[in-house]
Amino acid sequence: MKLGIVVLEGPYQHEAADTAYNFAVAALEKGHEVFRVFFYHDGVNNATRLMVPPQDDRHIQQRWSELAEKHNLDLVVCVAAAQRRGILDEDEQGRHGKDANNIAPGFRISGLGQLIEAGIQCDRLVFFGD
Amino acid sequence: MSDVKKFLYVNRKAPHGTIYALESLEVVLIGAAFEQDVALAFLDDGVFQLLKGWDTSELGSKNFQPAYTALGDYDIQKVYVERESLEERGLSEDDLLEMVYEDEDDDWAEKSSIRIVSREELAKIMQDSDVVLSF
Repeated sequence: MKLGIVVLEGPYQHEAADTAYNFAVAALEKGHEVFRVFFYHDGVNNATRLMVPPQDDRHIQQRWSELAEKHNLDLVVCVAAAQRRGILDEDEQGRHGKDANNIAPGFRISGLGQLIEAGIQCDRLVFFGD
Repeated sequence: MSDVKKFLYVNRKAPHGTIYALESLEVVLIGAAFEQDVALAFLDDGVFQLLKGWDTSELGSKNFQPAYTALGDYDIQKVYVERESLEERGLSEDDLLEMVYEDEDDDWAEKSSIRIVSREELAKIMQDSDVVLSF
């Protein structure tokens, strides 16, 4: 089955961010295709490479980046939601004259059209939020 | 499968308190350009989004209420509101905004897009939808 995954909650604050990841791992193990993971609302905060959780805790961003590399996943961060919350890639940094960017490897910033497209393309679009 | 899918946007949160309502609305507006079969559902605290008279500008955030009445211009013709959610909150259809669309099959007559449905009917509507976007 072709799956789209939508993450609406931020890391560490809300279990939805973990459940989405666990769901993605389980689906891939079962041989399903993950067409796209779309990060929206506070979910965009999963994409900052600047998070530094304690060593005995899971690293939520890193595990998404590693999963993306292993399975060639398309991790998309909504641009409007990301701008509000200070998640920037190099282009966005330049466009807004900021002194840094923070997007993690494997993530890309794009528009809400990517979410609608996932709905059109996928057999199931699964939401993880509050 | 045809190219047009049935999209159902499920709104469960009040317009205040979290950004769920506003950012859901942004998806609806963007999604309108994709020419899919779109419906909106309001249940639980989501029914507060359709209440007359709220204004979030005093909270320092943009008042996005006018966008709801403009949804007809985006060809949103089906707005389902769950009866039980209204009743549980002491609300009725009279408390809701006017939402209209122009029916091209009926000489562009202006019609209400709001349809009050029971919890059971809404479950069926969700089942019949291809893509359920839950906010």
